[in-house]
Amino acid sequence: METTFTPLQALIGGAMIGLSAVSLMALHGRAAGMTGILSGAIMPKGDWNWRLAFLIGAILAPGLIVLVTGVSVPFQADLPPWAIILGGLLVGVGVTFGGGCTSGHGVCGIARLSSRSIVATLTFMATTFLTVFIVRHALGGF
Amino acid sequence: MGRLLSAAAIGLVFGIGIVFSGMANPAKVLNFFDLFGTWDPSLIFVMGSALLVTFVGYRLVLRRPAPIFHRTFHLPTKRDLDAPLIAGSALFGIGWGIAGFCPGGAIPALGSGEPSPIIFVAAMVVGILVATALKASLSRRQALA
Repeated sequence: METTFTPLQALIGGAMIGLSAVSLMALHGRAAGMTGILSGAIMPKGDWNWRLAFLIGAILAPGLIVLVTGVSVPFQADLPPWAIILGGLLVGVGVTFGGGCTSGHGVCGIARLSSRSIVATLTFMATTFLTVFIVRHALGGF
Repeated sequence: MGRLLSAAAIGLVFGIGIVFSGMANPAKVLNFFDLFGTWDPSLIFVMGSALLVTFVGYRLVLRRPAPIFHRTFHLPTKRDLDAPLIAGSALFGIGWGIAGFCPGGAIPALGSGEPSPIIFVAAMVVGILVATALKASLSRRQALA
């Protein structure tokens, strides 16, 4: 399925993600990694309520965008449910053992020049490329 | 109260950034990884821009003695490139390539009211719980050995 290359939106949206990561460190002293925030909210121990607040804020974003701009958020996913479930299970297990995802390792970790995060990001980017190639070009899609 | 409200506002900015950049849309994410098909380079502009702002911002913030609402900064201390890091990240990439959602894209997408992010997040939460239990039993076994 074709999507349009949107460099300006990508740069602005990316800068907002960065702004969010910097603010979370400045105010709460935490990395804006979605894996850690989600895990800490579903298995609460100690200081967890800020994580729930962060998640609620993130979930409200599409609604707020629609409310302000009147434009609905483009969303294209024509995958069978079993593929979404399989993907979700693998992502959940993977980020737990890997200790982070695109936001935690790919943005916050690399910004600190952490070697673990650089290796993790190179690894998951490589297996994602490979998986998409196999699914789309070897298997011909789901 | 200010602590929770600020966390929600920061989450909202994160979510708007994800949605506005197109990273809550699985088709757009997957197209970045489809170099030999319907390639859409947007994702690398998102990551590059987020990384640049965070790189500069962290250098300013981490010079301070402490964050506003806490006594210390919570930074990871692990340094070793171990097997769980590599194997876990590899698995994460396979799942990301299958479904087109990463955790940071899927959570804001929940608010779109579409069914697929709900299915994805439910499965991901099951994966996180199973893997956490597995990790705990593995480290117990290691402690006994």
